[in-house]
Parts: sequence; structure tokens; C-alpha cells
Amino acid sequence: MHEFLAQLVNGVSLGGIYALIAIGYTMVYGIVELINFAHGDIYTLGSFIALAVFGALGVSGELHGAALAVDGGLALIAAAVSCGVIGMLIERIAYRRLRNAPRLAPLITAIGMSFILENVMQAWKGSAPLPFPQIFANPVAHMGLLDVSAEQAFVVVLAIVAMVALQLFVSRTRAGRAMRAVAQDRQAASLMGIDVDATIAITFLIAGLLAGTAGFVSGVYYQSTWFLNGFSAGLKAFTAAVLGGIGNLAGAMLGGFLIGIIESFATWKLGGQWSNVTVFAILILVLVLRPSGLLGERVPEKV
Amino acid sequence: MIYLYALAAIAAIVIAERLRGARSKQTVLAVLAALLLIAPLVVRNDAAINALGDIGIYVVLALGLNVTVGFAGLLDLGYAAFFAIGAYTYAMLASPQFGIHLPLWILLFVAAAIASFFGLVLGAPTLRLRGDYLAIVTLGFGQIVPQVFQNLTKYTGGPNGISALDFPSFFGRSFGQNATPYYYVILAALACALLFANNLRDSRLGRAWMAIREDELAARHMGINTTAVKLAAFAIGAAFAGVGGVLFAAKLSIVSPEQFGFQVSILIVSMLVLGGMGNVGGVAAGAIVLALVNTTLLPQINGLVNGALHANLDLTNYNFFIYGAILVSLMLFRPEGLLPNRERKAELHAAA
Repeated sequence: MHEFLAQLVNGVSLGGIYALIAIGYTMVYGIVELINFAHGDIYTLGSFIALAVFGALGVSGELHGAALAVDGGLALIAAAVSCGVIGMLIERIAYRRLRNAPRLAPLITAIGMSFILENVMQAWKGSAPLPFPQIFANPVAHMGLLDVSAEQAFVVVLAIVAMVALQLFVSRTRAGRAMRAVAQDRQAASLMGIDVDATIAITFLIAGLLAGTAGFVSGVYYQSTWFLNGFSAGLKAFTAAVLGGIGNLAGAMLGGFLIGIIESFATWKLGGQWSNVTVFAILILVLVLRPSGLLGERVPEKV
Repeated sequence: MIYLYALAAIAAIVIAERLRGARSKQTVLAVLAALLLIAPLVVRNDAAINALGDIGIYVVLALGLNVTVGFAGLLDLGYAAFFAIGAYTYAMLASPQFGIHLPLWILLFVAAAIASFFGLVLGAPTLRLRGDYLAIVTLGFGQIVPQVFQNLTKYTGGPNGISALDFPSFFGRSFGQNATPYYYVILAALACALLFANNLRDSRLGRAWMAIREDELAARHMGINTTAVKLAAFAIGAAFAGVGGVLFAAKLSIVSPEQFGFQVSILIVSMLVLGGMGNVGGVAAGAIVLALVNTTLLPQINGLVNGALHANLDLTNYNFFIYGAILVSLMLFRPEGLLPNRERKAELHAAA
């Protein structure tokens, strides 16, 4: 029972990271029908930028009180904002021209961007895994049978805050409404006076912000990062988005937490070497059996 | 010397693509074939012949993926899985691993059959999926297969793989570690693959593939059995990879899971994109260029740079920057590839 709960807590915090990444996939797919393959690498880039900021600030270990808030906050904001901007730039350079091309063309471009980002990160910090400072002093909170570390609590709280903020943005603001309109019918939206290019750019910006946040969080959580992390993390987050129903924000969050939990139980019961196989098998099964996911609606293919 | 050979091969392909008459095309290709046949006599360098053999295997793989992606328009991002299946077939049935020692000649066919079976296994449930979902499912499959080979340590040697594979033999004479016999086997396989791919394209099946690539719904209404035709594309494409895998394993005499990662699948997709998806000659040329960069050019530049600058930089680690740049820039500026196929070009330039 104790082990079960520990794995559950693990899974939920892991799921928080996947959920943050998955939202980016789902938003971008919802609006331009592109599997943004480079998204996972933008997430890794977030952890690299946070690491660089910590390096510049001279942070190498535990932070307390105001230092935790200021230094941690700076690293988080730097990671999120630069990833947002980079996501937007990639859309401008690599995807916009292909918006009306056959579907596979932008997908192939996205794979190319993913490789380019990976190599840039490798050139920047080398091909070995990098240590990330452990910024939280680690008191473990005991709640009955439940043990929660500071990192785990941080991951879950930050993920939930980001999701609530996003949900409010999409449902309450003008830009959020424009986003939903463009996702539904790009042409009609543009006839209604919505700037489609700007709206799509904002979508990529937000996806990047969340990926950068997830990158920072993952660094804090795992205390390490690696230039190739984004590939499998991205694929798992995409699985989460598909599992929840692609294009659906709540679905991406749900899927993220589910995949996190499934992965940590697979690691526990089957061994770490089978966790990836399990997640990818779920990806295939969901796509084959229920491509609309748990919360998505069935959409007939447009002819 | 390798560069001369690669250049000659590419020049021959380009000329053959440009020529109209069937007779003159055949002459150009016959000259190329003769040049390739005498290569071991001219080059007289085992390492170079070895590299030419590697390039040949890549061309076989690219021709196979071209059946699935180029002819039928089904983007397969997990092609390395079939390559792995072919290689492990040889490794398990021609090595001390289980004490089974079947000859190369039989295993070429066995591996082709096993790989196409897995092509069907992958293809059957995924046929209903739209293009990009299909791509992701194949990617997932491509991740799972090497991981399974890695995890089933009892049968596959785990992360270390299987080594000391049998040397193939021909009428009782072992190939040993001499590159030349492998080169000729690869050359023969390549010639068969080329002929097969060319004939496939012009067959009834090939025309059905092009029809579903351009408009699946319309193709179905023309009476094409889209399910069977797509399955055939997966199975036949996979068979090429099975053959390529056997040749690869026999030549290297060792297989291990990390040789068949996502990078390999994307390398082959890049060959197709560079050369021109759907066009047999273009794909072959694209494969030669990238395989040459991969096997010979980058390591040599690496040596030069590090020798001159006394740097300790491993450029071969950055080869995927090149593939990434190729994928992005070609898709943006010339999606039909450098040696395009006419129909494919028209499709890619038509507004969706």
C-alpha cells in the first residue's frame, strides 16, 4: 500500500510535466493540424536555459526564502519566455509557408526542426547528461501514508496553476476566443476580422511558454537534463494529448496525468526498461481503437 | 575513389533521368553497372569497398521505404524496425546464439518474409488512420521494436546484441572478412531491388498506389481495394528492409539494438526527401549522397578539422543537423526533391 501510494505520487508529479507539454501539442494541433515534432525539444531547451540562468546567478545548490523566489523565478521566467519566443519563431520560419501544403510536408519540416534543435543543444552543452542544481531543501511531508517531496509538490502546484491560467485565458479573453474561432474554421474567422497569422503565432507562443515551464520544472524535479530528453518526453506527451482527445485542453491535462501514472506503475511492476514500450503501445492502441481519445469528439474526415 | 564512384553513379542516374529514349537510358545504366562491377579491381582498397557496400545497403533501404512513402504516400517513420527485424533474423539464425547456422542465401528470403509479415502486422490495424496519425503510429512501432530486442536479453543478447555471426559462404568458400564478396552480394541485391522497384511502379499495383496517394476516396470509387493495396505497400516496403538488414548483419557480423533507432528511420526519410519521393532514380541518388556523407565524408572532414586545429570535436555527432536542415529547407523550397517525379511534383505544388 505504501509503495502503491508512493508510485501514485510519483506518477502524478511526472504527469504534471507531461500535461504541461501535452497542452502545447494539443493547442497547436487544434489550430493548424500539425504534430509539432519540435515541441519536445523546445521543452528540453527550457531546462537548458534555466540551467544557464542558474549558472549565471551562481546557483549550485539549495535555495531558501527570498533567494528561492527570486533566483528560481528568474530561471523559470527566462526559460518560459525564451521557449515561447523560439516556438513562435519556428512557426514563422518553418511552418507558416506550408500551411496550405499537403499535411505531411509540415510534419517532415517539424522533424527536421527537432533534429536541428537537438544538435544546437548538443553543440551548446555537450552530449553528456547535465546535472541540474537541487534548489529545494528536501523535507518530505508525511501525510498519513503519503510522502510528498518538495519537488513533487512544486511540480503539481505549478502545473495546476498554469492550467487554470490557460483555461481562463482561452475561455475569457479576446485572444482566447480568436484562438477557438481560428481552430474551428480558419477562413470564417479571417472573414470575421480575426488576424489568423497573429492568432496562430500566439498559440505557438503559449505552447512554448508552457513547454519552457515544463523544462524548468523537469530540471528541478529530476536534477538533471540531457539534449535528447525531448524526444521521448515529447512522444509521451503527444501520447497524452491523443489519449485525452487531441485539440481538447482538459483532455491533454487528463491524458498527461494518466500517462504519468501509467509510466510510473509500469516502471514499478514491469521494470524501467518496459516503461517506454508500455507508453508507446498505449499510443498505438488509442490511435487505432479510439483516435478521438477519451474526451474528444468524433470528427468525420473532411473530404 | 569512393567519391569518383559516387559521382559517376549520381551522374549516370541524372543523365538517365533526363534522357527520353529507352535505348540510351539502358546504355548509360549498363556503363554504370560495368563500372560498379569492376570496382574491387580498380579501387583495391578494402575499406573503400566496404564503404561502397554500406552505401549499397542504404540504397536498398531507401528504395524499399520509397515503396511505402513515395509510391503509396504512407509516411512510415519507423522503417528502421524492419531493418532491425531483418538484421536480427540473420543474427539469430546464423550464429552460435542458438546454434543454428542457416546460409545467407536462404536467410535473405526468410528475412524478407518475416519483415513483410511484420509490415502486415503494423499495417493492418493502422490503415484507417489519416496521414499524420499513421506516421506517429509507425514511429511508436519503430521505438518499440529495438526496445523489445534490447529487453529480451535471453534471446537477443540485450543491449550488447549478438556478435560473432557466421561468415556467409559461396559453394563452400567462406567470405571471411574480405569486403569484396559482400560487395558483390550487395550489388546483386541492389540490382534486383532496382529492377523490382521499377517494375512495381509501372505495374497495376504501382498505379493503384499512386491513385490512393493522390486521392484515396476517388481511388476507392474507381474500384481499387484500398485496404489490400496499402497492406501490400507496407509488406513490400518492409521486405526490402528485411533484405537490407540481413546484408547489414552478415557484413558487420554483429547486431545490437542501438543500431536501429529513430535516427536511422529519419536518415532514410531524408534520403527520400532529398532525392525526390516516388522517383526511383532520385531516391537512389539521394541515398548515395547522404550515405556517402554519413560513411565517408563526415569522418574524413572530422579528421582534417581535428588534425588542422588540434581540436577535439566530433563532427560525426552533428550529422543530424545536416539531415534536419535538408528536411526543413527542401520541404520549404523544393518539396518534390532534387530529382522529382512529375506527378509527385504536381501534387506537392497544387494548393490543398
